[in-house]
Amino acid sequence: MEERDKIIADLGNEYKYGFTTDIETETIPRGLNEDVVRLISQKKGEPEWLTAYRLKAYNHWLTMTMPTWAHLDIPEIDYQDIIYYAAPRTKPKLNSMDEVDPELRRTFDKLGIPLEEQMALSGVAVDAVMDSVSVKTTFKEVLAEKGIIFCSISEAVRDYPELVRKYLGSVVPYADNFFTALNAAVFSDGSFCYIPKGVRCPMELSTYFRINAAGTGQFERTLIVADEGSYVSYLEGCTAPQRDENQLHAAVVEIVVLKDAEVKYSTVQNWYPGDKEGKGGIYNFVTKRGICKGDNARLSWTQVETGSAITWKYPSCILAGDNSVAEFYSVAMTNNFQQADTGTKMIHIGRNTRSRIVSKGISAGRSQNSYRGLVRVAKGAENARNYSQCDSLLIGDKCGAHTFPYMDVQNPSAVVEHEATTSKISEEQLFYCNQRGLSTEDAVGLIVNGYAKEVLSKLPMEFAVEAQKLLAISLEGSVG
Amino acid sequence: MLSVKNLHANVGGKEILRGINLEVRAGEVHAIMGPNGSGKSTLASVLAGNEKFEVTEGEVTFCGQNLLEMSIEERAREGLFLGFQYPVEIPGVTMSNFMKMAVNEQRKHRGQEPLTAGEFLKLMREKSAVVELSSKLTSRSVNEGFSGGEKKKNEIFQMAMLDPKLAILDETDSGLDIDALRIVATGVTKLHTPENATVVITHYQRLLDYIVPDFVHVLYKGRIIHTGDKSLALKLEAEGYDWLINDYQ
Repeated sequence: MEERDKIIADLGNEYKYGFTTDIETETIPRGLNEDVVRLISQKKGEPEWLTAYRLKAYNHWLTMTMPTWAHLDIPEIDYQDIIYYAAPRTKPKLNSMDEVDPELRRTFDKLGIPLEEQMALSGVAVDAVMDSVSVKTTFKEVLAEKGIIFCSISEAVRDYPELVRKYLGSVVPYADNFFTALNAAVFSDGSFCYIPKGVRCPMELSTYFRINAAGTGQFERTLIVADEGSYVSYLEGCTAPQRDENQLHAAVVEIVVLKDAEVKYSTVQNWYPGDKEGKGGIYNFVTKRGICKGDNARLSWTQVETGSAITWKYPSCILAGDNSVAEFYSVAMTNNFQQADTGTKMIHIGRNTRSRIVSKGISAGRSQNSYRGLVRVAKGAENARNYSQCDSLLIGDKCGAHTFPYMDVQNPSAVVEHEATTSKISEEQLFYCNQRGLSTEDAVGLIVNGYAKEVLSKLPMEFAVEAQKLLAISLEGSVG
Repeated sequence: MLSVKNLHANVGGKEILRGINLEVRAGEVHAIMGPNGSGKSTLASVLAGNEKFEVTEGEVTFCGQNLLEMSIEERAREGLFLGFQYPVEIPGVTMSNFMKMAVNEQRKHRGQEPLTAGEFLKLMREKSAVVELSSKLTSRSVNEGFSGGEKKKNEIFQMAMLDPKLAILDETDSGLDIDALRIVATGVTKLHTPENATVVITHYQRLLDYIVPDFVHVLYKGRIIHTGDKSLALKLEAEGYDWLINDYQ
């Protein structure tokens, strides 16, 4: 047994995205005040209304304190020691791939982001955000033919100000919480997507976020609007270099789903989780929320969370339209000293609304993993249905798994179901796999992927394969 | 093929195996019988490398190699197969995916290329026929929701897929109805060749009607106290173990 532990421990924790790119970066001085907020807005050439919005958010943020209700041990964050804007110095306004800085292209190649010809084969349109700036959006022309807008949020502010102004902050108001106020004040870039009435987006849309520069925070903002009867499947991936310091990531994602429209949002979050001793790693404080605004709207969140030192994230759905349907599928894995407090909120407002929650937590090492979920059924939400399933898988005996389900049902016709299980990878399962010739690492990977299958099967194919590998890699060194 | 000399093993400080000696040659079938708690399943587990047990004394060579120095998976890849008395469930992992990994690990160990999808499917079809295992089961999760009989058939199916040099079958007959017993036992017989060997652990002589042993060993309190041929099993069935135990004491 000891020898086996040693072999596995020697493999260590490989974080294959831990490289940095040697690229000239333009940053502003550390710290945050009104001038910094104005400077960011000015650098992005924003209209006055947006500068004013940022300042309002900033001033509100000053009155707020960091939330402490999560089951997380968060070291104090010095918000004056963070750089709020960093951009690759090459001006990222480009007309063709050849104009992208070769260093930058190599970075995205290493990340496996198919920015070039392979794109056509995989049929994924990508918006890549490095540090604070959107570097390149592919397939824009193909999408434009269908009237689909897919660009960086900065471009959207410039080119489609009415759309942005109408929906920005409409689902997640800046005053929602501490981190949404901070994000609204300093958000640097992110993606914007608009699917016109009745259009089915012919390809997966994808955004990759990358923190590169040291000492910076990343505050991206994503806004997706699916107009009546439209459909889009949206993917988001994130990585960061390996650093001893902690870096802050506080993003906001807003999704508006109008009548008869459908949005599927999938995330594979693999920010740097810190080393085996818990040093370094990303603090990931993210607010994601979507609204099924019209009747028969559908929204689903699928997330695979393996990265970050701390994750604080609750992708939520407001089921406002009658007969709207929302789903949340999550695999959250923590290893070593990682902490995750993640889950969802399903707010039923419309009649005959249905929601489904499937959460699979996996804890290994000395990590702490919590599911926190709220199901609320408002007075007028006749015949609301919710089904929640929260499973926890423990690997080893030094980690923790916690479940915090909240229910608030104000309509007697509602049916709300909740199931929860906790299990362990047993010695018997490992022995069985070993006896068939599988190594312990392969066996653990196999068992974990089997456990998470229901969620992984909701991901688009290419993403599912990537996520499976990621789960196995993130567990290396965890079996004792 | 397998040579066990003076093997002692503990679990939780308690000695279970107390000096096992056993020689198994290619082409042979051995049956190990004995009263409950005599150490039969422990012997199977120790040979497979289960780390729950601590080997305190003795030597085991398998095809010329020191078995006790090998990891569980190395033993398996070298061709040692254990048919489990209680096969475990692995939710969400399909039987076919599980077998694909197992077969390809073994091929890698032998320096062979992994099987193509087509070759693998062909192998699955061919081998599931050995134990009349429905193709529906191979697309289900490993042992999940399988009946007792299906689990045991599934063990022999895996044995067929992996084509081991030495198969140790731990009470493969327990919990089987008459038809399932016939199918499982006939399956094992079909897989027997002059190049491989089988050790069956059983309580009942009826299994040995199908799998005819060259040797029958009686294990008692961690030692093999008697070895005979097929007729010994019949005698045990008729008279029980008392005459041997009394003799031994």
